[in-house]
Amino acid sequence: MSHAEEPRATRRDFLYYATAGVGAVAAGAAAWPLIDQMNPSADVAALASVDVDISNVQEGTQITVKWLGKPIFIRHRTAKEIKEARAVKISDLPDPKAENSNLPDGAQATDENRVLDKEGKWLVMIGICTHLGCVPLGNNAGEYDGWFCPCHGSQYDTAGRIRKGPAPRNLQIPVAKFTDPKTVKLG
Amino acid sequence: MAGIPHDHYEPKSGIEKWLHERLKIVSLVYDTLMIPTPKNLNWWWIWGIVLAFCLGLQIITGIILAMHYTPNTSMAFSSVEHIMRDVNGGYFIRYLHMNGATLFFLAVYIHIFRGLFYGSYKAPREVTWIVGMLIYLLMMATAFMGYVLPWGQMSYWGATVITGLFGAIPGIGPHIQTWLLGGPSVSNATLNRFFSLHYLLPFIIAGLVIVHIWAFHSTGNNNPTGVEVRRGSKEEAEKDTLPFWPYFVLKDLFALGIVVTIFFAIVGFMPNYFGSPDNYIMADSLKTPPSIEPEWYFLPFYAILRAFTQDVWVVQLAHWVTFGIVDAKFFGVLAMFGAIAVLALVPWLDTSTVRSGRFRPSFKWWFRLLVVDFLVLMWCGSQFPTALIGWISLIAATYWFAYFLVILPLLGVLERPLPTPATIEEDFNAHYGTGGAAHPAE
Repeated sequence: MSHAEEPRATRRDFLYYATAGVGAVAAGAAAWPLIDQMNPSADVAALASVDVDISNVQEGTQITVKWLGKPIFIRHRTAKEIKEARAVKISDLPDPKAENSNLPDGAQATDENRVLDKEGKWLVMIGICTHLGCVPLGNNAGEYDGWFCPCHGSQYDTAGRIRKGPAPRNLQIPVAKFTDPKTVKLG
Repeated sequence: MAGIPHDHYEPKSGIEKWLHERLKIVSLVYDTLMIPTPKNLNWWWIWGIVLAFCLGLQIITGIILAMHYTPNTSMAFSSVEHIMRDVNGGYFIRYLHMNGATLFFLAVYIHIFRGLFYGSYKAPREVTWIVGMLIYLLMMATAFMGYVLPWGQMSYWGATVITGLFGAIPGIGPHIQTWLLGGPSVSNATLNRFFSLHYLLPFIIAGLVIVHIWAFHSTGNNNPTGVEVRRGSKEEAEKDTLPFWPYFVLKDLFALGIVVTIFFAIVGFMPNYFGSPDNYIMADSLKTPPSIEPEWYFLPFYAILRAFTQDVWVVQLAHWVTFGIVDAKFFGVLAMFGAIAVLALVPWLDTSTVRSGRFRPSFKWWFRLLVVDFLVLMWCGSQFPTALIGWISLIAATYWFAYFLVILPLLGVLERPLPTPATIEEDFNAHYGTGGAAHPAE
């Protein structure tokens, strides 16, 4: 704000910048709660973990439970499905990453890195197609005996890995663990 | 640029003078209504009033619907059924509101393409154009949020897919998506905020419409010749123009009458023609409808979104150049928003000094191809994405960008335009003869 013939910062300049600075901070402080209120509320955040009883899930069947408003597939795989999934080479996969929230980012998409237990009987996935968010159909659907998305034809194998179609990634594995042999804790 | 010279309001009676000294409101209304308007405006210029009608219709029917609607996931669907079955005349008001959106978008597309053909976006009308584009963006946001409110299957999955577009932004995308939704998925929080914003945005649109009108009242209307109204004197200006009231108001109202007749026939006899039957099934977060397809007015941009898949070389190039930050999904999102951005930037992309397409022999054909292109994209967006549809979408999307980014800048240099008439009066007389002082009707 200073004039050419008055090169030194004046008391007025200082007051201008100080006022503008304080004003900007105050405006930001006032705006933040107005923006933040749109983030998930406490009750939504509180539902972030659920326990699921899986004792009734027979081999070769799956259940769909709702977690964070999303469908979660919990599948009890047959020996044939496990064998099929373990026979696949990583190089044949469009998405070579495990996409498993329980593992570090770089983990490979081997079947072992996708399942919840060592034998590979239990597969827990977020049932949302990574293309545009539809819910894929299960129970050995599609060309790879896994899941098939009816919206745009993405095909997933028996480990929920993308094999064909427009979806870019494998079905996401949520944060999950066994709290006891009959209960899976999501979140 | 000086305004077009014309008579201004003069208060005559005592009460008029009394009010005029305190509030110049009559003067404002008078000058707005009596604005000199080029007398050669053709029928493509009637869509502005149709748009004003649509905005009014949507606000009035919307306020009424809000009196009976409940924005809660457990009650929203049944409250819409309550409107359809129980509220006196409720079904008709809802059908007006539903189909009003269709008429609104039909009118806005014709209005935009009118502007594109006659060069209405060119200097000095860039601000009018930009404000118009902002209105169009807000219209899309409003329509999208309104479509979620009935809480049908299409509402829910449409909201999932569209907010998923923001989730495709690298890094912060998922946070933005969660912030928009108020949770990890479309939920009651989402429905509530969409209702609040769906109610708010039309009033912001109304404010921008006033700015839009203000802007072209500052520059004067464009016209089919693209030649400016003479402004040397009032007499000269009057040879090129007629006052908006009564000449153009009556012409516009006549056209509106025809449009509204067809509109009411659709509302009365085929109210669900433009809707999806899936939206009469209540939202189910565990079951996706067999095909998710947006409303017809979003289809061209939806086709562009889907056109850029992993096997397209531009997508692979973008992926490689950005070290994998831009993947196919994000590229599609960028392309979709880019398709609207090039439209907004057209005042600076078109290098031709001739405003109206009427005097641009090659432009005419490129423009007609653009209209066809838009319709092809619309059709592609409605189809199941097979390889063939993918190819057609990609070619059509490429033409859309090429028109704005390559053809328009080059055409201004390469094309040899036809001679333009010296004045609007000359063009007018060439069409209607010189007999009599004024032949206001087309």
